[in-house]
This record gives sequence, structure tokens and C-alpha cells, in this order.
Amino acid sequence: MPQPKKPKHMSLVNERVERKDQVAKKYCRFKKAGIKYVDYKDPNFLLKFVNEQGKILPRRLTGNSLKFQRKVSVAIKRSRHLALMPYVADGLK
Amino acid sequence: MFQNQYETVFILTPVLSEIQMTDAVDSLKKVLTDNGAELVNEEHWGLRKLAYPIQHKSTGYYQLFEFKAATDLVATLEIAYKRDERVLRFLTTKLDKHAIDYADRRKNGKIGKKNQEAPKDATTQKA
Repeated sequence: MPQPKKPKHMSLVNERVERKDQVAKKYCRFKKAGIKYVDYKDPNFLLKFVNEQGKILPRRLTGNSLKFQRKVSVAIKRSRHLALMPYVADGLK
Repeated sequence: MFQNQYETVFILTPVLSEIQMTDAVDSLKKVLTDNGAELVNEEHWGLRKLAYPIQHKSTGYYQLFEFKAATDLVATLEIAYKRDERVLRFLTTKLDKHAIDYADRRKNGKIGKKNQEAPKDATTQKA
């Protein structure tokens, strides 16, 4: 019975899947738009940086630079204190 | 005298009548003006819904003051807030140069819904 032909070289390392076309490069929207101050009085804007439970999204998802991620998180916390945004929510979006 | 620019927002209880509410705002404004603060801007946002209940209230009157003052005034102001039972919440922040610039544009209505929303929507669609 003929055996299926084995490849000469069997690597245990997973081959890298090329997905460059699908994944857009992340960028910091504040740097791009030239926004220098993140306003805590604008909850509708800050809503873009929280998930539907009202938790702050990490930088790896939003693409913010560290400088602006810090500003966003401070703004969200101020906004929560003034009850403009919820601390906990369900189905915010 | 060294002065900083500050911004303060506070929430008043919704149980006040219109006159009592303006009284409360005036009395807190008086704390600022009597202690040598220079008022730059004031905004009354009216009765707004709170994102979560505070002291079993679900709405509140929001008021914003922007002022230039010496550093020790903030402590005086916050004591006045704490003593005042009509105040549900307050927040005082120091404005840095970018914040002052932003506040000026906001005052002049340049940070309108239109001017700010347009580029942002474009970016979200791409993302």
C-alpha cells in the first residue's frame, strides 16, 4: 500500500499567515486629527473609547498613542465622576 | 500674584425651584468673585439626566464656571461645595495651555457639532 508522500521538511513552527491586506495599520486618531485636549464634558466622543459595559478599551484596540490613551482615560474618569458617563452599564452601544 | 486658570463643574439637586437654583448658583459664584477670582466663562447646562443615581436623584442642574485665580482659592471653593447640601457633585480642574485653547474655541462656538464631528466620522469609517 503506497504511503502518502511526506514532505521532506516538517517544521513544528506554525507558518505565518499573511494577512497584511486585511488588517489596516493602527494609528492614533488624536495625532492624526491634531487634537491636543481631550474634553471630559463631551461624553458622546468618549463613548468611542469604552466597550458596551462602559469599560475603557485598551490601547491595542483603539490604536491611541500612550500620551493620548492616558488623556482619554483621565477624561473618562472625570466624566464618570460627574455622572456624564456611567461607571457600569449594560448595552451602552 | 500667580494665577492659574481653572474650570469647575457642579451638580445641584433637582428638588430646587428655579429661583432656589439661581440662588445656589449665585452664592457659589459669590465665593469665587469675593475671593478675587476673575470669571472667564460660565455655562448653565440646565436639568440633565445623570448617568447613574446620586443620592437617589436621577437628574441634576449642571453649572460650569471657568475662572482665573490664585491657587489657594480652589480649597476655599471646595469647602464651600462640601458645606452646601444642594451640591450633589463637583469637579475642579486646572486648565493647561491646550485646555485653555480648547475652552476658548468652545466659548466662541468653534467646537460645534459640525466642525468636530466631520473629521472624526471619517476616521471611524476607515477604521
